[in-house]
Order: sequence, then C-alpha cells, then structure tokens
Amino acid sequence: MIRPWLGIVIIAIVLMILPFFTDALFGRGWVRIIDFAMLYIMLALGLNIVVGYAGLLDLGYIAFFAVGAYCYALLNSPQLGLHLPFWIVLPLGALLACIFGVLLGAPTLRLRGDYLAIVTLGFGEIIRIFLNNLNAPINITNGPQGISMIDPIHIGEISLNKTYEIFGLVFSPVHLHYYLFLGFTLLVIVISLRLQDSRIGRAWVALREDEIAAKAMGISAAKIKLLAFAMGATFGGLAGGLFAGFQGFVSPESFSLTESITVLCMVVLGGMGNIRGVLLGGMLLVALPEALRHGSGPAQQLLFGKTLVDPESLRMLLFGLTLIIVMLWKPAGLWPSNQRKSELTANTGTIARAQQDS
Amino acid sequence: MYPSLKHDTSLLELSGITKQFGGVSALCEVSLHIRHGEIYGLIGPNGAGKTTLFNILTGLYQADRGQFTFNNIKYNGNSKPHVLARAGIARTFQNIRLFSNMTILENVMVGRHLRTHSGVWGALTRNATARSEEKATIEYACSLLSYVGINRPYQTLAKNLSYGEQRRLEIARALATEPKILALDEPVAGMNATETANLKELLQTIRAKGITILLIEHDVKFILNLCDRLAVLNHGKKIAEGQPEAIRCNPEVIEAYLGVDPVPPSRCI
Repeated sequence: MIRPWLGIVIIAIVLMILPFFTDALFGRGWVRIIDFAMLYIMLALGLNIVVGYAGLLDLGYIAFFAVGAYCYALLNSPQLGLHLPFWIVLPLGALLACIFGVLLGAPTLRLRGDYLAIVTLGFGEIIRIFLNNLNAPINITNGPQGISMIDPIHIGEISLNKTYEIFGLVFSPVHLHYYLFLGFTLLVIVISLRLQDSRIGRAWVALREDEIAAKAMGISAAKIKLLAFAMGATFGGLAGGLFAGFQGFVSPESFSLTESITVLCMVVLGGMGNIRGVLLGGMLLVALPEALRHGSGPAQQLLFGKTLVDPESLRMLLFGLTLIIVMLWKPAGLWPSNQRKSELTANTGTIARAQQDS
Repeated sequence: MYPSLKHDTSLLELSGITKQFGGVSALCEVSLHIRHGEIYGLIGPNGAGKTTLFNILTGLYQADRGQFTFNNIKYNGNSKPHVLARAGIARTFQNIRLFSNMTILENVMVGRHLRTHSGVWGALTRNATARSEEKATIEYACSLLSYVGINRPYQTLAKNLSYGEQRRLEIARALATEPKILALDEPVAGMNATETANLKELLQTIRAKGITILLIEHDVKFILNLCDRLAVLNHGKKIAEGQPEAIRCNPEVIEAYLGVDPVPPSRCI
C-alpha cells in the first residue's frame, strides 16, 4: 500500500516545482506554454467525453470554449462596463457553455457519424461568425477587433497578474496561473475519472459501442447523449473562462475550425476514451509545435549554414508529418484505453478488492 | 411440469400488428397471445417477419397499426425502447450485438442501467448511495455471469469470448434488466450440438425462475422440444398457432417450409 502513495507524492512534488524548473532551464516562455497546455488538456478531456466515451464526433467543440471565453470577457471588461468577481463569472461561463451544449445536442440527437460531424462543424462556425458580427447594430462583442483589457483573475486579495515574492521565490503571473490551471485540470481529471467508472460512463460507452443494443437495454439515448454534450461543453466553457482571464484579450480568430481540429487531434492521437492518453496527446500537441518552432531554425543553421525553410511553415509541415506517422503506426492512439492485457491475469482479485473498498 | 406457474394468465397479447416497408408487408394483422411462464416459439421461413415482430415489441420499429398489451398495460406500437425495457421486455439479437470493447462484467452492468438510479452527482461525489448501488450492480452482474455459465476473468473483453459464450453473455445482459419476458432471436444459430443442449438447459432454468421466454428459432428440433406452444409466421401472416405436436403436422406449415407435394402427404416437419 506504500507504493501508490509514494507515486502520488512524487508526482505532486514534480508538479509543484515544474514551473520554477522550466523557468530556470528554458525560460519563462515555456511556463506560459505549459499554462496553455493545461487549457488544452481541459478542452481535450471535455471533448473526450463527447467523442471518446459517447462516440459522438463533434467538430465544433471550440464553440464552447468561445462561449466560456466571451462570457468571461463581457462580464469582466470595459466592453459592457461590468466587473464581476472571478468565482461568479467562471461558473457562469461554464453553465452558459453547458446550455449551448444542450442546444447543440437536442436537434442532433438522431444524427450519427459524418452527419453529426457536419452539423457540429456548422455550429462551431456559426458561433464564431456571430462573435465576429455582433458589433452592429448594437456593439456587444466588438466584432473582429475582439475584447481587450479583460480584468485579470483575482482570487481574494491576490491578483494573478502581479508578481509576488514569497520566501525568496518569485511568483510571476505565469507561475500563478500555472497553479490555478493545475488545480482546475486536476479537478477536470477527477471528474472524468469518476464519470468513466460510473453508471453514466458505462451508458456513454454502451451507446458508442452499439446504440441499438444500448436502447434495448433500457438506456434513454436522448438523455444520455445530451448529458455527454452538456458535460463536454461545461469543461470547454470552464477552459474558455480561464483562457480569457489569462490572455486578457479574446477575438473570434482564436476559435477557428483549426482549433477544434487541434483539440480533436489531441483526443485521437492520445487514445480516445483514455484519460491518460488524452493527457499525453494534449501535452504533445502543445509542446511539439513549440519545440519545432524554436528548434527548426537553429537546426537548419547548424546543418546548412543558413535558414532554408521558414521555421514557422516548417513546423506545421513536420507537425502534420508526425501526426501521419503516429496514426499509421498507432491507429488506436499512443495510449489506447483497451490495453487491459495486464489486467486480464489479476482480474478476479481486482474486482473483489473493489468490492471491499467500496 | 411447473405447477407453481400461472400458465393460464396472459402476459403479452398482440392484436392486429401490421408493419409495412414501402410496398412490402412485413407483418399483416398478427395477433399472438403469450401466457405467464411459458416458452413460446416463433418460427417461419426467412423473411416471414419474425425479427420485425421482435423489433416492434422492443420499440426499435413502430407498428403501422395494431397494439399489444403487456403485463396489463396497453402499448400502441410506438413506445420508446427504454420504456418497453423498463416495463420488462428484454431481448437478444439475431446477429449478436454486444458492447464488444467493454468487459464482460461491464456488459452485464449496462443491463442494470434501468434498475439503478445514480446520476452525475452520485458519480462525482461517490456518496454512500452511489457506492452501495455500484457494489450491488457488480455483485448482481457477477452472479449473472456465473448463472449463464461464463467462467472467464471479469475483465475479458466481450469480443474475445467464443461464439457460444457471446450468446450467453447477451442473455445475461438481458436478464440483468430483470425482465418479465425474455425475447431471444435465434439463440442457437451456429451453435454445435453440445452448446445447443447446454443452452436448452439454461433456458429451462430461466423459465423455472418465472421468466416467460419468447423464442425465434430455425432449429425446428430444438424449438419443438423446448416450447410449450408456438406460432408460425409466413409472409407476415400467422398461419398456425398451437402446441408443437399440432404444428408438426399442420399442412399449411409443411407447405410453407417444404412446398406443396403433388401427392397428398401424411408427414410432419
């Protein structure tokens, strides 16, 4: 019983010192990248509920991120002159995204596969275009210019936008956001894990595996699908609110189809339906383009003496190539969920233990 | 044979069920009457409408006309599947429809869905109610797995079971919904003689528990041996209903299965 605890303690220590370690080794820019990675992980975990568990292909998922972000931005900036506290705005954004999730889910319940993908893709675009054009006749979203000067996140007396020094350790804004995002990411992971091993989680997977059989077993497909859309959207809205507070600026550009596809790639690359896989996919897909951005220029200098290809375009090329290679070699994702071979041998004990524990 | 069962009271009564696909009449005014605790067979040549009837009974298809009474409640043939499942109609499928990438235990646990209640809140907080319900679900599922005779590690994925075991797992999953009637669509198709004999035994123990069984089957020997009564469908119409002995020698049934003999026969199927 000692070893799992030891593992958790080690992971906790690593997570606590990670921003300082990264700061010292790679520079502050990378701490910011880690912060973004966590936002993407929250998004990917939300999409994992819809795509990974319930098997509903959603190509417009970023719309919920947008709803959360704009909700936060509108209620916390000079745009409407509102400045509501963080602890009210963030849940409100998540709730609003949840409602949008149900709004998207309800008319698409009968759709599956490609058809659902097309409708959700359209939904994502509709939200973005709305945000882009809601500056006339009444200026709500400020159109393509976006909303700037969003209030930084305040928790009690602490403003996450200031630098604090405690016991000689310098906590810059990226560090402070790191700990906040870490907390929320852990919360989202715990929620995902608990949903996965529950009556609801099983119903989602059953629907994905065989909708007709699931219905015949008494699962109300409409209710369970709506629940998946709502839960996924809530995570998206939560991440959106945090994004707006962190960035201080939102514009419709940040919520394009490419973003939806990036999040979907994280889920698929890591391994659909598996939380560890999704975490891995999220981290890789944020870190890899950045590493290529910083690495490909110097590497070309070293090899050819000059920069042949613009690092920015090369990075997308290499990124695409990496995705293709991974999908060819590991079509189920890097860390698929059904690697239960090791569990096959020691199963009866596990169940018996699970029963005793509960 | 089972004197404790109420053989005389009606559990499921179909009247005038009609279903058309385009111009094809899949079912035409079919009326059946199934009693508590009996094993009722449904036979007929391919395309006779047997599976269509199952799909209407379980809410996967909507009937064009007709209605049925189940457990004294009237349904007009367009109820939702989960409503009928809750009422106590459980089924298996002709081409096995398991949740292939779920474990065998999870498959049966899904069957408990409609008899359990914990929702998102219970899942997130893992409160005492949710935990005890989950524990009870696991225990129920484990006992059903051994009841139908699947002695595999619980974490085995459903797709890795043998064919016969998959059929049994489907039955276990259906039983997990605590049905009053178990509708089996060709349960012994593709099974060898031993597997068939074992399944027959299983069905008899299920019936002994008081669960009525409705059975589609092509294996005539199997069905004549097992069923208390049966009905024969041909081209969407019921052409005969009664006890196996009577059905065996019914000329219309013989004609449906074997065609007309120029010399009047005195044979049975």
